[in-house]
Amino acid sequence: MAGTAVRGRLKPLTWQIATVADAVDETPRVRTIVLDVPDWSGHRAGQHLDVRLTAEDGYRAEREYSIASAPGEPVAITVERLEDGEVSPYLTEELRAGDGIELRGPIGGYFVWDGEDAGPLLLVAGGSGVVPLRAMVRHRQRAGSDVPVRLLYSSRTLDDVIYREELDEVRDGIEVVYTLTRERPPGWTGYDRRVDADLLREVAWRAGDGARAFVCGPTSFVEAVAKGLVDLGYPPARVKTERFGATGS
Amino acid sequence: MEALDGNAIGGLLLEVFGAELTTASGTCAACGATAQVAELVVYLEAPGTVVRCRTCDSALMVVVDVRGRRCVDLRGLAALE
Amino acid sequence: MSFISRGFRGRRRDAGDPGRVPPGQYVTEDFPVLSAGPTPHTPLDEWTFSVVDGDERTTWTWEELRALPSETVTADIHCVTRWSKLDSTWEGVSVDTLLEAAEADSPYVLAFCDGGYTANLPTEDVTGGKAWVAFGYDGEPLDPEHGGPARLLVPHLYFWKSAKWVRGLALREDDEPGFWETYGYHIYGDPWREQRYAGD
Repeated sequence: MAGTAVRGRLKPLTWQIATVADAVDETPRVRTIVLDVPDWSGHRAGQHLDVRLTAEDGYRAEREYSIASAPGEPVAITVERLEDGEVSPYLTEELRAGDGIELRGPIGGYFVWDGEDAGPLLLVAGGSGVVPLRAMVRHRQRAGSDVPVRLLYSSRTLDDVIYREELDEVRDGIEVVYTLTRERPPGWTGYDRRVDADLLREVAWRAGDGARAFVCGPTSFVEAVAKGLVDLGYPPARVKTERFGATGS
Repeated sequence: MEALDGNAIGGLLLEVFGAELTTASGTCAACGATAQVAELVVYLEAPGTVVRCRTCDSALMVVVDVRGRRCVDLRGLAALE
Repeated sequence: MSFISRGFRGRRRDAGDPGRVPPGQYVTEDFPVLSAGPTPHTPLDEWTFSVVDGDERTTWTWEELRALPSETVTADIHCVTRWSKLDSTWEGVSVDTLLEAAEADSPYVLAFCDGGYTANLPTEDVTGGKAWVAFGYDGEPLDPEHGGPARLLVPHLYFWKSAKWVRGLALREDDEPGFWETYGYHIYGDPWREQRYAGD
């Protein structure tokens, strides 16, 4: 099957127990968990891992989280605490350094960017959809690539922007464009609305320049943006999508 | 909850088939549409996982955990390659 | 022995009163939405409900269905995914009313729905005051994500039998498996005998 090359040793994907090395609060509701995974075969930017929690009575819950770090960096996931969540409150509030966590991965061969393409890269994030795209940005930086990258990141407020300090400091052909849909700080001159056809036309690379796009976030966001890019002339095969759904990944 | 896409079943497919299948091509037995598994419509919040054709909504793949064992029905797929 | 996640409890899972809550279930105050496909949106002026007996159909439009005598039902509902919701209230037309009007006489029925979902049931499990075509929940019109404008309501069986977006009942001589039954769930689905899967 084309595009499914396995890096490293071929072995069955099994659950293993990793240790939490660190937990970093990104925003009031979002935390990055850095993991020490004993048997990790490496990963590609855009992949995810599955987390499995087991309560003392045997009750199990499984969720998927995009890997926030670039290939070569320690494995990290970024989790948003959902108000009615079952797993995210545990991961963002209870779990601490030294705890074990059961996971399997890396998973995914479609929503991945290895940096081999020369064409400009458009990354469009809705809320926590920024996580796998940030891994792509970090990979682009670490790999010493000069592919032009533009990240269009839609967030409710500036305080909800994940990785803000890091994203504010990108340069060398990487640009970040924010749009804040619910509330803006005083003096905000950036975009202030949901991503629509006009906003995409202004921000996206021209379709004819060999651009490829990765779109990630809630399902309705992803579908509207993907349609908008195809309407701008992006070949559908150059628009890759990953839907998180309204309740997160 | 809104429907997801085939990225959400990457782990399940790896477990069941022992291979990364999100870039595999699935052909709908009902309407003939072909799409990468990652682009299919996935419903996770059900008594089972239902994967549907994005063109005609027909069920391509249904996974049910029967007494702890994963049962995968692929009758809705004409091909998976 | 499997790994236990320190400090993880998950959602509150109250086993409740065993006289009231079937084995293996826990009580929830929520009403989880489980869907096997997209939510249909048939406009009410196109919506019909039919009892189908071979080539013969008895059909009601939305107005005609709403003109039939209806009742308020309070019932406990039990989902095969292990949640139970006690004292849920519904409004609907008894299936007895519909099958009598159609002069139905078959051992089984197959509920069919917008979106293609089906659920099979013995006729005696949808008659004698045991089943309704429900259009109201908790005092409001039934929400589309919960099966509105109308769903089948058969509380004494696992809730996958209470088919959402129901459009009719096809009379059958055989107990032909519906959607979930085809994929491994139990042909009958009695929560008190914990009949979740085929072979239970």
